[in-house]
Amino acid sequence: MEHTSHVEHHEDGKKEVLRVTLILSVLTIIELALGFLMMHVDAQGTRLLIKGVIVILMMAKAFYIVGYFMHLKHEIRNMIMTIVVPLLLFVWFIGAFLYDGNSFKNLRMTYDSHKKEMSTKKVEKKEEMKETPEVKKAVE
Amino acid sequence: MSTSTTATVNTKWWSGGKSPFNVEYGKLMMWYFLMSDAFTFGAFLIAYGTTRFATAGWPNPNEVFKSYPFAGENANAPLVFVSIMTFILIISSVTMVLAVKAGQEMNKKAVVNNLILTILGGLAFLSCQAWEWTHLFHEGAWWGRNPFLNADGTQSTTNFTNFFFTITGFHGFHVFSGVIINIVMLIMTLMDKFEQRGHYLMIEKAGLYWHFVDLVWVFVFTCFYLI
Repeated sequence: MEHTSHVEHHEDGKKEVLRVTLILSVLTIIELALGFLMMHVDAQGTRLLIKGVIVILMMAKAFYIVGYFMHLKHEIRNMIMTIVVPLLLFVWFIGAFLYDGNSFKNLRMTYDSHKKEMSTKKVEKKEEMKETPEVKKAVE
Repeated sequence: MSTSTTATVNTKWWSGGKSPFNVEYGKLMMWYFLMSDAFTFGAFLIAYGTTRFATAGWPNPNEVFKSYPFAGENANAPLVFVSIMTFILIISSVTMVLAVKAGQEMNKKAVVNNLILTILGGLAFLSCQAWEWTHLFHEGAWWGRNPFLNADGTQSTTNFTNFFFTITGFHGFHVFSGVIINIVMLIMTLMDKFEQRGHYLMIEKAGLYWHFVDLVWVFVFTCFYLI
């Protein structure tokens, strides 16, 4: 595969690498900042929102790594499609299974009284902790 | 190395005699192997997500993963060590991109230098992961053993540690094999194998594998440490 010997071409390539590196670093820093922020947030709704943003940033990072580092963006369109289209299966995959998992939890909490009891029984903090919590901590 | 779109319209890509995607067979097959690996990792991570969604309580990652090497007993620095690991892998991906570029320019010296940096990055990441595993092991964590409590103080499940060690272990195994592949690439480069062939396409294929390993880590660290 012959390359043109134009210096500008190589310079452009290098610039793109640096640009994408910077973008990936910034996205990572924002993700970590949101992670730190979440440590001080108790409200479930807000936490879910922050997690959603983190997932979107993660997708953006995936786009940049696959598109530029793995060069997929510069390939022939049909080849890009043979990669991207099957990966869209993940949209169903993730949604379906997380929904299923959540449904499983709800069913367990409704119909399995032992599981429900275990989900509220706090383990008493002793020096030697037993595997099965015998002692029920008084809930005020 | 971009393909001009006007050429795509005029060229008969599917008439035989050439690759219809204008890409070497080995490179295309590496892409499709990576697709299969993506679904394997995806299946593991989605299994983790499903289990977590199906479980009422779960440990707080900021309570579990809060130490770093030489920190001592009372370290409370969540996300610090894993951030360092993430940046190490990202930078090693950048040096790999530079190695591939150097290969396209037939610049053997730059290929060697960037491959060495990538290998060092991979080894640094593996060392960090080894430390993390050892640290958790000394706290009583292992497959089948979970010493941590849920965030709400209730008894936790061994699913937590099982998934953690399995998925980070599977990923670490990929990093390890990637380092081995890169070392082989380095040796081949030093032996002038690619100069003889007239192209450094093998480095590109190894590069795809290495970027995939980096990409998987982005997902793994987000799922276990961040969300």
